[in-house]
Parts: sequence; C-alpha cells; structure tokens
Amino acid sequence: MKNDTYPYQIILFEGNGATSLATERRREVTRTLLDKGYSVTRVTEDGGRNLSNPSGDIPVLILGDFEGNSPEVTSRETRIEIDTEDITGLDTETIITLVEQKRAGDGEGLNSPGEQGAWKPWFPVIDYDRCTNCMQCLSFCLFDVYGVDEEKQIQVQNNDNCKTNCPACSRVCPEVAIMFPKYSSGPINGAEVAETDVAREKMKVDITSLLGGDIYASLRTRSEKAKSRFSKERSPDKALNERKRCLTKLQQSGIIPAEVLAELDLESLPSPDEIQRKATEFAKMQAEADS
Amino acid sequence: MSEPKPRILYCRCAFAQTVPKATKDEVLDQLCESGESFDTVSDLCEMSARKDPRITELLEGDEPVQIVACYHRAVKWLFHSAGVDFPEDRVEVLNMREESAEEICKKVLK
Ligand code: SF4
Ligand code: SF4
Repeated sequence: MKNDTYPYQIILFEGNGATSLATERRREVTRTLLDKGYSVTRVTEDGGRNLSNPSGDIPVLILGDFEGNSPEVTSRETRIEIDTEDITGLDTETIITLVEQKRAGDGEGLNSPGEQGAWKPWFPVIDYDRCTNCMQCLSFCLFDVYGVDEEKQIQVQNNDNCKTNCPACSRVCPEVAIMFPKYSSGPINGAEVAETDVAREKMKVDITSLLGGDIYASLRTRSEKAKSRFSKERSPDKALNERKRCLTKLQQSGIIPAEVLAELDLESLPSPDEIQRKATEFAKMQAEADS
Repeated sequence: MSEPKPRILYCRCAFAQTVPKATKDEVLDQLCESGESFDTVSDLCEMSARKDPRITELLEGDEPVQIVACYHRAVKWLFHSAGVDFPEDRVEVLNMREESAEEICKKVLK
C-alpha cells in the first residue's frame, strides 16, 4: 500500500470508571466509525482483549462517558500516543467530528472508505495449501503484482498495482489457488474449491494457445530468435500495434472483464521491451525454482 | 474447568458491498446490544494489504477467537499474507456471505 498513515485505534470504554453507553448511541458510534475506516474495540466490565501493549506507532483514542473524570492512561511503550476523551452528553455527530478533528493532525492520505480516491483493497491472495509454485500467475500478470521471495516461492509483492475488479490471474491458476476475497462468486472469493472447479481451470491454463503467438507467447519464449524478433519491433508504431493486438485478444478471450479492459489505456500496458525483460527474469526464476 | 470464552472479532468489509449489508448491520446491532467486549475492524482486506501492524495483535494470545467476516479460506490467507500465523485450532470463522445474522449471533453470543 502506498501510505503508512493509520487512523486512530478507537476504544469505546465501558468498563470500571465509565458509564455504559445507551445501546442506540453505541451502535451508531461504532457503525459510523467503522464505515469511515477506524477499528473500534468495545471494552466492558469483563475487560476484553488485552490492550496493554498496542502495536507500532498507531495512536489510540479512548472514548467513554467518564462524567468529568477521564482516567489517566499511560503506556509501557512511551512512544505510543494515547488520548482519552470524555464523551458524556455528546451526540454521535459531535463524537465523530471530535475524532475526525484529531485525525486531521495525522496528515493527509488516509485510505477511508467512501471517500474520493480511496483505494478499494483488491488484490490476489494466495492459498498456499493449494499453490504448487508453477508461476503461471507471475508470467501472466503484466503489472508486476507477483514476485518471488528468497526461497523462490511465489508471493504477491505489489498489491496496489493490481487492476481493481480484475480477477484474471485467478482464472489462469491451474490449482485454483488465487483468491480475490471481494469477488462476487466462488471459488475466487474464497469459497471451498470443488473438483469440477479444478478441472475447468486446468483446461484454460494454456495461455500460449489461448492468446496465440503474441505477447504471452513471447513471455515464455527464451530463444534468441524471439529476442531478435523483439528487437525488430522496437519502433513506437510497432509497439503500439502489438499492444492493441494483445488487448483485442484479451477481450475476445473473456479472461479479463470488459469493464476492466475499457479502463486500461494502451500506455499503461508494458512495452515489448519490458515484456522481454520480464520474460528473461521469469525464465531465470523458473529455472532456479526447478533446480 | 470451563472453556474460556472466545474473543469476538467482527469485520465490517467497509470498502465494498461484498457482504450483504443487512447481515453485517444485524450482526453489529446484536453485538452492540449484548454486554460483550468485542473487536471490530473496518476492512480486514485493507489491513492485510497494507500490513497494518494491528493485524498481528488480533490473533495474539492463546484464547479462542471467533472471526465474523467471510470465507474461512479467504480470512486465513489474508492473515498469512500480512505475515501473521493463523492458529486453526483456536480460530473459528463465521461467514456473513453464507450464514444468516441469526445463525452467526447464536454461535457468538451464547
Ligand atoms: S498460478 Fe497458482 S499454483 Fe501457480 S504459482 Fe501462481 S498461485 Fe501458485
Ligand atoms: S475479510 Fe472478507 S469480510 Fe472482511 S473485508 Fe475482506 S472480503 Fe470483506
């Protein structure tokens, strides 16, 4: 993710020293804060989760009906900012404004649901119980979402490069190991995988034959002949034509949803040079993973 | 000795209409009406994507945890992708995409 600014961790404190909130107020405050991107923990008399050691530098804001006696809160980790706010008598709107005002001091760029420019968390999640490290996904994705770790195991490395609402790589995975939890239907959304799903996906996996002798075939071609063909195609016109051809093929294949393709501009697709670079890297990785 | 009471973690799925709104609203309402302590997060997917440090805390300790979110497989590997081990033996995932609010609350607010 691009930014590392986190919204406050909110604690709705209803334990010792505070009066319980009326149900309706508790519900409204919790729901509104969640819908704005905050995490909210409700603490009642029984104590709840051990919050004595909150992580990182994420500030904590404790809200409660303290009736004028806000407790002093200290943290073992002195660098963590913990604030207490007495919300006695305040309505939901005022409470939210108060939280938002505090947050304003944390700087711009928070990813808040519903706000303009918010990033919808859309990215592939790999089920390693199923993945066989075949690297089809890595070779398929044109946007460098995938990479490998030190052990040469496939991983998702650049999740914010992923095209929102595009589940294409999950459809080329022969093991049905790639999920998009926010996808509408199974097994891509994480539903259990049926044997029929595996059979269907395996049929689709030959990307080379699916897309014919163009961009994806070139990804897999390691011969000098292919390199020389690419070097001849370096003129801007040829490169653009190549991309257009690829887009048309992808459109026809139905693998990438039409609305996602419509948003892709040709310039955002990698150039043949980049594809060639990726093909070389991929061949190297696969050789290393096989060895 | 009686079993320890599971902690409750509710995911609001706030960035998309993935989970039926009626179900997620009803579950949250019932949690708020109960006398239980609980944790809620705005969107587990988002926390996993940005490797929010708080995601590691959510499964800390050794008590049982009930996660009210979506599919078990998705939730498990979202934690993994954030670098957090998913202790299958003490985590139960309740799926708001498949189960009704009533079924879920029956299990969580016993
Ligand atoms: S295509 Fe599927 S099985 Fe192959 S490496 Fe990617 S996730 Fe694993
Ligand atoms: S884990 Fe499931 S319920 Fe939670 S945000 Fe992701 S898709 Fe939505």
